[in-house]
Amino acid sequence: MLSYDFMQRALLAALLIGIAAPAVGTFIVQRRLSLLGDGIGHVALTGVALGLVTSTSPLLGAIVVAVLGAVVIELLRASGRTGGDVALALLFYGGLAGGVLVTNLAPGGSTSNLLSYLFGSISSVSERDLWVIGGLVAAVLAVLAVFGRELFLLCLDEEMARASGVRVRFLSILLAVVAALTIVVAMRVVGLLLVSALMVVPVAAAQQLTRGFKATAALAMAFGVLASLGGLTASYQWSVGEVNISPGPAIVVTALGLFLVSALLGPLTRRRAAHAIPGPLESGRKKAVKEAP
Amino acid sequence: MTVETAPAPVPVFRLRGARVRLGGREVLHGIDLDVAPGEVVALMGPNGSGKSTLVRALLGLVPLAGGEREVFGARRPRDFGRLGYVPQRLSVGGGVPATVREVVSSGRIARRPRWRPSGAADRRAVAAALDALDLTPLAGRNASGLSGGQQQRVLIARALAGEPDVIVMDEPLAGVDAASQEALAGTLARLVADGVTVLLVLHELGPLAPLITRSVVLEHGAIVHEGTPPEPSGDCAAPGHDHVHPHAAPTTASLWDGGYPVQKD
Repeated sequence: MLSYDFMQRALLAALLIGIAAPAVGTFIVQRRLSLLGDGIGHVALTGVALGLVTSTSPLLGAIVVAVLGAVVIELLRASGRTGGDVALALLFYGGLAGGVLVTNLAPGGSTSNLLSYLFGSISSVSERDLWVIGGLVAAVLAVLAVFGRELFLLCLDEEMARASGVRVRFLSILLAVVAALTIVVAMRVVGLLLVSALMVVPVAAAQQLTRGFKATAALAMAFGVLASLGGLTASYQWSVGEVNISPGPAIVVTALGLFLVSALLGPLTRRRAAHAIPGPLESGRKKAVKEAP
Repeated sequence: MTVETAPAPVPVFRLRGARVRLGGREVLHGIDLDVAPGEVVALMGPNGSGKSTLVRALLGLVPLAGGEREVFGARRPRDFGRLGYVPQRLSVGGGVPATVREVVSSGRIARRPRWRPSGAADRRAVAAALDALDLTPLAGRNASGLSGGQQQRVLIARALAGEPDVIVMDEPLAGVDAASQEALAGTLARLVADGVTVLLVLHELGPLAPLITRSVVLEHGAIVHEGTPPEPSGDCAAPGHDHVHPHAAPTTASLWDGGYPVQKD
């Protein structure tokens, strides 16, 4: 399997996405915005279509439109109006429908061109794609490393972050942009419709077994790598003759499998942890100890 | 006649004619309030009187529609590290688990430059904050899995981890059992003894009564009463003293009785 160039590139791309998507996803889930990725993915499709129609780069189009969409989504969310929820829905549907319609405008354009972006086409990752993916992943991880502490507080308690002098608006937009970049990168691997799964499912699986944020992020990244490499390998091994297993869905199903196993193991580890720590501290205990003769 | 006075210290908070509009409705109508260093101010009043909004206005979390705000003498808040805020929360935590230590450590954010990894001073401050609220044995636990009273202690410890000069608490007694209230009174007494300025939103003074140096009563978005509660002395000043003050509590209660249908829990 490793003797094929395309497979080497695919595995490397899967590895990079497997690390970056859950890392960003941990902050997104912390902020209770699990579906943000889906929204950005829908919007990015219009960018892909614009790239196809203008015969420029679909990847570049997706980056530009996804980042713009992410900023608009964040501004709508922050405005906190009651209509914000509906406005988001309008944006998502507009992105998806716009993507399909714009593709139709291209001479000889058919929606089948979009399929590889909707469901991923990791085996067609070129060397140049790999450089773009590598660069974006490095940028995403660098942002998380530099701003991680502030982002943690922001995602935990936005008002508290503001009271602590954290630049809430700047960091919120930064997080949305980072999410958009991750989604465009992951688009090649699992496709826009499943992109959010790679950000959310490994985190959901990890938090069945962890009690802390850093531990969750680390385990989610491990699960992300395991799922993307495992899913890709499985789709390669089991695609025989007429049967053709798509890598994207295989990766997502592998991640869901990891979630299932973690959810079953979770109660066991929690019980063990509960034994390790002496029962919950009663606030009156100190007093009782003092008063004892 | 001239009176020699020492120059007044710069107030921690100063509001002049502060107005706040939320959702198109004016919630605070021209508030004048000074909080001097070392004061322990109780902000009281019925539900919906604007207590929490006033606190959020002081901290710069809501914009003023009119009037002026100064924090440590500056129009724009700068010294975030000197302010500790304990918001009113039903639970700590977001969609991902976070340990008690992680949550408490996040209170140091204003004290730590972005590029500097956590140093000995940070770890000491976090350990001291955990210890002050009896949270050390729970430090590795998932904060959102704790009881309501324990989570309230986590929020207070998070504020203390920043080693603030001023601590602002929104309803710290809400949903906290009697034993935890006494423990909180002890913690606050230690802070006050260290010279920390305290501003509390309270429904009732409870065990905190002996610490309060001034109470401000809000009604319909305006200050209707400011008073100095009787100075506790002798036994009353002792921490942990079961404080039943025949005249302190009714000051505010009788005030509400006057213009309001009596509020009794």
